[in-house]
Amino acid sequence: MNIGAIKFAAASLGLISASVSATDMPLNLTKGVTDISGQVYDLHMYIFWICTVIGIVVFGAMFWSILHHRKSKGVKPADFHESTKVEILWTAIPFVILIAIAWPAAKTLLAMEDPSESDLTIEVTGSQWKWHYKYHGTDVEYYSVLATQSEQIHNKFEKGDNYLLEVDRPLVIPTGKKVRFLVTSDDVIHSWWVPAFAVKKDANPGFINEAWTRVNEAGLYRGQCAELCGKDHGFMPVVVIAKEPAEFDAWFAEQEQIIRDKKAEEQRWLSMSMSMDDAMDMGQKIYTANCAACHQASGEGLPGAFPALKGSKIATNNNPAEHIGIVLNGKKGMPAFGKQLSLAEIAAVVTYERNAWGNNTKQLVQPKDVNDVKNGK
Amino acid sequence: MSSIVEQDIHADDHHHHAPGGGIKRWLYTTNHKDIGTLYLWFAFIMFLVGGSMAMVIRAELFEPGLQIVEPNFFNQMTTVHGLVMVFGAVMPAFTGLANWMVPMMIGAPDMALPRMNNWSFWILPFAFAILLASLFMEGGGPNFGWTFYAPLSTTYSNDSTALFVFSVHIMGASSIMGAINVIVTIMNMRAPGMTYMKMPLFVWTWFITAFLLIAVMPVLAGAVTMVLTDKFFGTSFFSAAGGGDPVLFQHIFWFFGHPEVYIMILPAFGIISQIVPTFARKPLFGYASMVYATASIALLSFVVWAHHMFTTGMPVAGELFFMIATMLISVPTGVKVFNWVATMWRGAMTFEMPMLFALAFIVLFTIGGFSGLMLAITPVDFQYHDTYFVVAHFHYVLVTGAIFSIFAAAYYWLPKWSGVMFDKKLANWHFWCSLVSVNVLFFPMHFVGLAGMPRRIPDYALQFADFNKWISIGGFAFGLSQLFFLALLIKACRKQGEPAAAKPWEGAEGLEWEIPSPAPYHTFETPPVIK
Repeated sequence: MNIGAIKFAAASLGLISASVSATDMPLNLTKGVTDISGQVYDLHMYIFWICTVIGIVVFGAMFWSILHHRKSKGVKPADFHESTKVEILWTAIPFVILIAIAWPAAKTLLAMEDPSESDLTIEVTGSQWKWHYKYHGTDVEYYSVLATQSEQIHNKFEKGDNYLLEVDRPLVIPTGKKVRFLVTSDDVIHSWWVPAFAVKKDANPGFINEAWTRVNEAGLYRGQCAELCGKDHGFMPVVVIAKEPAEFDAWFAEQEQIIRDKKAEEQRWLSMSMSMDDAMDMGQKIYTANCAACHQASGEGLPGAFPALKGSKIATNNNPAEHIGIVLNGKKGMPAFGKQLSLAEIAAVVTYERNAWGNNTKQLVQPKDVNDVKNGK
Repeated sequence: MSSIVEQDIHADDHHHHAPGGGIKRWLYTTNHKDIGTLYLWFAFIMFLVGGSMAMVIRAELFEPGLQIVEPNFFNQMTTVHGLVMVFGAVMPAFTGLANWMVPMMIGAPDMALPRMNNWSFWILPFAFAILLASLFMEGGGPNFGWTFYAPLSTTYSNDSTALFVFSVHIMGASSIMGAINVIVTIMNMRAPGMTYMKMPLFVWTWFITAFLLIAVMPVLAGAVTMVLTDKFFGTSFFSAAGGGDPVLFQHIFWFFGHPEVYIMILPAFGIISQIVPTFARKPLFGYASMVYATASIALLSFVVWAHHMFTTGMPVAGELFFMIATMLISVPTGVKVFNWVATMWRGAMTFEMPMLFALAFIVLFTIGGFSGLMLAITPVDFQYHDTYFVVAHFHYVLVTGAIFSIFAAAYYWLPKWSGVMFDKKLANWHFWCSLVSVNVLFFPMHFVGLAGMPRRIPDYALQFADFNKWISIGGFAFGLSQLFFLALLIKACRKQGEPAAAKPWEGAEGLEWEIPSPAPYHTFETPPVIK
């Protein structure tokens, strides 16, 4: 009992000190690492000080009055109740202040909204609840997904330093170049935000928004989705690595090579067949990473919001084609995984869903089957 | 004037007094005072309901990680908290105040349309019963934020959206009827001699508010109807796949939503303009400019809506227009604050409870005004947008703004309503605990937002942990502080306390103080004559 209490106290002390040491929150807006974000910071401080001065004057007059013009001090109230001169004055002065704010604000805004003459274009696509990046005009594209383990979120593991602000594959951009972003969405509205660049742009399904940045310092910059986009809105961070141009070019060449290798691999998969055990193993991993957030680890879904797969008709009938089609192309609220997962991965996850949780169809789906559905066979 | 009032009371003797107890009195009542009381109690209950949802939110955000609720339920809490506070607490409270006070302030015997008045109140409990019941449906209630942006609220929402839409329709119908009643009453039932420019400012601000309500509530009704048909009947207003546009939804919503913001603050300006002169014992400074400022704010409120949407990808000309139009609103709003300070200047102030809340309002609302001006600046708004900086801003103007003004009004007129002075000890506890805790609750949100914490997230990065802990502690304390007010209201309704004089505040002026406390069931059946 006593030992238990001591252990508990020690643990809670540990928790407290851990949370203190992890805290170094800045108290102000970031200056960021671009010329624009520096201008935005300056504007922010400029307006802040204007407000502060107005506040001191107005609240000063008010508190002076509260201290001195009180009945308990025996003052007799004055009777004045209008003065055209004063009233015109305190309507006019704010106008002048507003012009002094609007002028520099408009200049910065015009610069921010001019994405012309960019050196590189990246297509940014939001979907529930991850980001997809494609280097415009190339084959290099990938998803960027939250890397924090769900055990950390559910307080089973200790939380890492970059809790909720880490992804499996960050976006990589070159420093010193004008990078243009084309932002859109596959489902609901998201908003792509990197505070250090002062870039926040909504990702609207069916429309493309433009934004741009030119990063001055190499480094790693973190942001988050800023528009409520459903259940896991809090769990789709943005991470961007800015590399020196030479390093960026090397990285990019490497990515192109990886893509080529992957395509070759995909062709090989078409002629190969997976064993049931391999498919189930791989499928479970894919399921946990991509499907369990909605359909739940138990396959039971969330009634009314996300359908159950356990015992569902589509996952247990004799014809897996419909099932494969939904995973490939999505359905209503469900995203399409055709771009995100390889043929083998989709084959594995469909196999898993058709055999886990007592769905026992004993059916083994092969990459070739997925390819057939994809090509409309 | 007092002789007329006596005659009025005498006349009253021939009529029935307040009908006996029982539910039927309240169900069938057409009396503006009864309906005002119903509205005010309903608003206070909804304030506690919406507040307890805020407690769930703050409990989950007390520490990083998911502890108490799952993200889907968290989103339902933020959504329904917003809806309940806006449509269930603030708006009905102001309508309740209008019901009680507008006829008494303009010397009218009742509202112009008493049966519609009854109806507009009694559909409200049904609207909120439907909304709250949807939380218990399979899949849960609305979880797309009180702004219900499409397509999150259409293609990607659950079936309870139908209930949400229906309940918003009922709330809208209730508000429109309430507004019609206020306008008809003010235009037709002012006592002889009470010209428009002699009306008390609370009446003026409500008059203007009522026009805003009639203008924009139908727009909200249109928005929810389009959401309904997009979701259930295959239309594509907000889906690009069918030729629609999700951003169109935001334009429609905020064309309602921004005037709505002023619907929730103009009556507050009226209340403060009644209270400050009373306790400064000096007439309101710049009455005419107050009226013009209110009207200008109302007109400008129709041309600023897209400042909620700077990140949606507007043309730069649009951004500049909405930035400048929004900044302009600070001019008439500034005039109001300057006028209140000038009213206090060289007055003889005392600091009874209504005045304390009014002073807190002026300071804290102005802080919310400053952050509002900062948010208007488009390039900087890109950084603030959808962070806790915005949450701090609108809670300063809505909690320490609108709700503090409602508290001020309740303390100011409670002796008139109940006939007894409220318990000063409880009132002091209520004020000071609320004042401290509300700032512990909302002030750190500015910093958390500037540091980059998005709003509407159930879990956050570790750097935000310490501040969120304090915010939650402030939240719990602010929630508990409201129980003092509940106790005080119950005591006042049970008539426990010293009897109140007809004019319990030395410096008060206006027709409502010419009649005894508590106000008789029928007042001004013979109109008073204003010189």
